[in-house]
Amino acid sequence: MGDDIAIRVEHLSKSYDAAGGASARIYVLSDINLCISRGEFHVFLGWSGCGKSTLLNIIAGFVEKTEGHVLVGGMEVEKPGRERGVVFQNADAALFPWITVRRNVEYGLRINGTPKRARDEIVNRCIKLVGLEEHEKKYPDELSGGMKQRVQIARSIANDSEILIMDEPFGALDAQTRRLMQNEVIDIWQKTRKTILFVTHDIHEAVYLGQRISILSRAPNATIIRSMDVPSPYPRRLAQGRLPSLIQEIQGLFDVEYEI
Amino acid sequence: MCLFLLKKGVVTLALLLVIWELASLFNSVDFLPGPVQTVIGGWEIVRNGVLFDYITISFLRIFIGWSLGIAAAVPIGLLIGQFAIVREILEPFINFFRFVPAIGFLTLFLMWFGVEEESKIAIIFYATIFPVIINTIAGVVSINEIKLQVAQSQGASPFQIFYTVTIPASVPHIFTGIRLGLSGAIISIVAAEMLAAQSGIGYLIYTSRLYFRTDWIFVGILTLGLTGYFSDKLLRFFGRTALRRYGVKG
Repeated sequence: MGDDIAIRVEHLSKSYDAAGGASARIYVLSDINLCISRGEFHVFLGWSGCGKSTLLNIIAGFVEKTEGHVLVGGMEVEKPGRERGVVFQNADAALFPWITVRRNVEYGLRINGTPKRARDEIVNRCIKLVGLEEHEKKYPDELSGGMKQRVQIARSIANDSEILIMDEPFGALDAQTRRLMQNEVIDIWQKTRKTILFVTHDIHEAVYLGQRISILSRAPNATIIRSMDVPSPYPRRLAQGRLPSLIQEIQGLFDVEYEI
Repeated sequence: MCLFLLKKGVVTLALLLVIWELASLFNSVDFLPGPVQTVIGGWEIVRNGVLFDYITISFLRIFIGWSLGIAAAVPIGLLIGQFAIVREILEPFINFFRFVPAIGFLTLFLMWFGVEEESKIAIIFYATIFPVIINTIAGVVSINEIKLQVAQSQGASPFQIFYTVTIPASVPHIFTGIRLGLSGAIISIVAAEMLAAQSGIGYLIYTSRLYFRTDWIFVGILTLGLTGYFSDKLLRFFGRTALRRYGVKG
């Protein structure tokens, strides 16, 4: 308890009124309980349409919950906040195309009135962290998909968000770039010790990245069917040690849950 | 080479001139002057300075009324798009008046603003504001939700979101409204000058019939079409270059 808990989710449910009327409510998420430590790399794994994005959107403050509690730093989440930086899957929508990479990264700092000297120092550090020094004067539409995601990551880190919420951030990237970005995220996480919430539907990605993996069941009434630790050190090799059997175990869970 | 000329509109233009000249051969010059006669007639009013004076006065009216219209319409459109309450109050008015053409107000504007420049500028202003307001609203309401979420989770206040996201993201739609506003302005000024002015291209077209100078009517029409065409080109060039980053496409 106390200081080392970044996010606590208790009995969280999200439901909508069914078209028929109030008597039939449809639960997207049902009774989610979760505790994420400060500095944890936590992966939510589930298939498309399982409600994992809804869960993330509730934690980010974009979507209202129906029942239960979501506590970030001990405070109930009611709206988005700068301590929760979000990296969206759709980078084209998430970056501001009318300003340069550098201005995108320093957006939050300008908004909160950070003095120029401090701002420059932070932005330089964050741009270097994601390896975009050569591209800071470019505009978003001149960047590749992977670089755009780097800009998003740098933007959240520059704004000093303690938590990075990443909703399938590499889903639109090709296989090589995706692996590159996965290593990059691990590297950034190890350097900055941010708490990361990472959503994916890819078992291999989950096992490659996560310190802990929460597996969601199928919607409606999606809930966390299993949370498991991945004890292997980074960088990981999916073909080594315990990882192949872990992947198989998760695949087995999926086979039962999703009846394939 | 042939394809190049076709693309640049040279073929279209040549075809038009040939048909026009042929048609004029079978008619009297008072009924349908040909291109050559139009050029000769046009040269008269170029030489005595009337044509350029009229072009200048018409475009000065358009420019003033159009600029004032943009300056008023963009903030109104942004507010309507952003705030549901403003939308509830103003949208009925807008949906009423946008179907009343500017020229319908000519007599009223002459009474209210006098027979001098003010009434013409008011007509242009009126003709400009509706396309700009309506397109600005469209720009605000079509902003990608993700952009707003980004700003929120970066800690921006609603007011900060409005000027750092809503306004820049609406620029392409606003620009479309401005272009439409310009064509509306040109159409309206001609009608206004025909009915209530002592100068301008509309006045030239309307009074030329009194002197049986059908060629001057053609000069007026050509001038309108060409100046409209080139001012839109200029506007689009400005959009394509200065506003490219905002997503304006030529």
